[in-house]
Amino acid sequence: MAPRPLEEDPGLGTAAVAAAGVVRRFGSRVVLHGVDIRIRRGEFVALLGHSGGGKSTLLRALAGLDRDFEGSIRVPGRRSVVFQDARLLPWAPVLANVTLGLRGGDASRRGRAALREVGLEGHEQAWPKTLSGGEAQRAALARALVREPELLLLDEPFGALDALTRIRMQGLLQELCARHEPAVLLVTHDVEEAILLADRVLVLLDGRISLDLAVNVGKPRRRGDAACAGLRSRLLRELGVDEKAEGGRQPVPSPLGGAGAGEMRPAW
Amino acid sequence: MTLLDLPTRPHAGTNRRWPALPRPVERFVGIAVLLIVWQALSSAGLLGENVLAGPVEVAQAGWQLLAAGTLESAVWASLQRVLIALAIGVPAGTILALVAGLTRAGDDLIDTPVQALRFVPVIGLQPLVIMWFGIGDVAKISVIVFGVMFPVYINTYAAVRNLDPRHRELAHTVGLGRLAVIRRIILPGALPGFLVGLRMAVAVSWLILVFSEQINSTNGIGYLIVQAQTFFQTDTIVVGLATYAVLGLICDALVRVLERKVLAWLPGR
Repeated sequence: MAPRPLEEDPGLGTAAVAAAGVVRRFGSRVVLHGVDIRIRRGEFVALLGHSGGGKSTLLRALAGLDRDFEGSIRVPGRRSVVFQDARLLPWAPVLANVTLGLRGGDASRRGRAALREVGLEGHEQAWPKTLSGGEAQRAALARALVREPELLLLDEPFGALDALTRIRMQGLLQELCARHEPAVLLVTHDVEEAILLADRVLVLLDGRISLDLAVNVGKPRRRGDAACAGLRSRLLRELGVDEKAEGGRQPVPSPLGGAGAGEMRPAW
Repeated sequence: MTLLDLPTRPHAGTNRRWPALPRPVERFVGIAVLLIVWQALSSAGLLGENVLAGPVEVAQAGWQLLAAGTLESAVWASLQRVLIALAIGVPAGTILALVAGLTRAGDDLIDTPVQALRFVPVIGLQPLVIMWFGIGDVAKISVIVFGVMFPVYINTYAAVRNLDPRHRELAHTVGLGRLAVIRRIILPGALPGFLVGLRMAVAVSWLILVFSEQINSTNGIGYLIVQAQTFFQTDTIVVGLATYAVLGLICDALVRVLERKVLAWLPGR
């Protein structure tokens, strides 16, 4: 079937995303098997799944970056994407990166405000190479939010950050979403992250949405909240991870040396 | 288990045998040694005047040429040729590279012939060019233009072609138009490659100039050298060669200063 153009849809009603029967093939391999997704305005949805399971493929289709799909996707006109890499233009100062493609005379003022919001005030004229990984991702968030998106698409945005920075960034994202209320689709493989941030968690398995779970715990949430323990086990089970077995497993022998060898041997 | 004492050097650099010279001075020690050896060989009579004049004679000859104004006018004539050729060849190479890199038709129409033509030895074009344009400056400059276009074209084209596709994707998500993509993404992204080409072009321009100025010239550094050859003035020949070297160095340094200015954003700088 010919790819259908992705259009701005005024008739979405209370939905920010309405996708039905989305199929995506790469050659003979079918990655998406007919996915249906609805996201309400202002709703935060996390999409879990295995690596290579089509999560990013679905997100790219919603972003309009991939048009070779079958089925129908309706999304709002104002969309922003945050990728796993901050994807800043190295030759443009931070502020110019944030305002990239922004029209109107107040672009610079809005860009500065967005940078202030993500805690990057004073870095407006810095080169991206001088930013840490976390700071670069903050700039990417500012670039996404300055467009006042109705739909914010996040493709494992914190996947490349260290554990401490990730916690801080999750807090920041929670704050920003509470303030701006975009509809959000967060693609992640981190169950904790999904439970911490989302109103609803979807699991994509074998190219289909296999589980659709509401997170009925008040926000802001704290990580490791007891109320979330049940959700966590349910999601892990869906993803094929048996907590008991994983936790009680014997230490894995090193693939290099013999099991239980008491000394390190160089590989040569 | 045996523990090893790792050697330490807490006072590295303090026990040097020579008094410290400023770093820029140190850099010239090698050249100074070379000059001394050269002068010693000349003074000892091992290098005859007809083989290679000594540094002192060369300096004297250089001074005389300067005093007479001969060297200045030769430098000016040569420099003009190089600058005119660069002013034509660099933009031409850049525009061709952008057209070929950005459009399908341009790629088919321009890139294939250019990639084939680059293996034509530029200096070998001299006879043909003389037949077309005579032996004047037009012939000399056009050979340099031809030689300069290739490094600029090839490096700029490769830079445009190897741009990070993720940046184009980004451009799409923020809704950049085609012109904005060229201005904000393609041109700045291709700049490092272009500057590599420019540096090579500058070096090539002097090389070709040396060659073409030695044929049928009436002025310029090459003419100076050919004249000196007729009269066995090895000192003047060395002055000419040294002048080429100095001019080449200065041009290269200028491009590097330019690079440092416009590529301040490059990681690793």
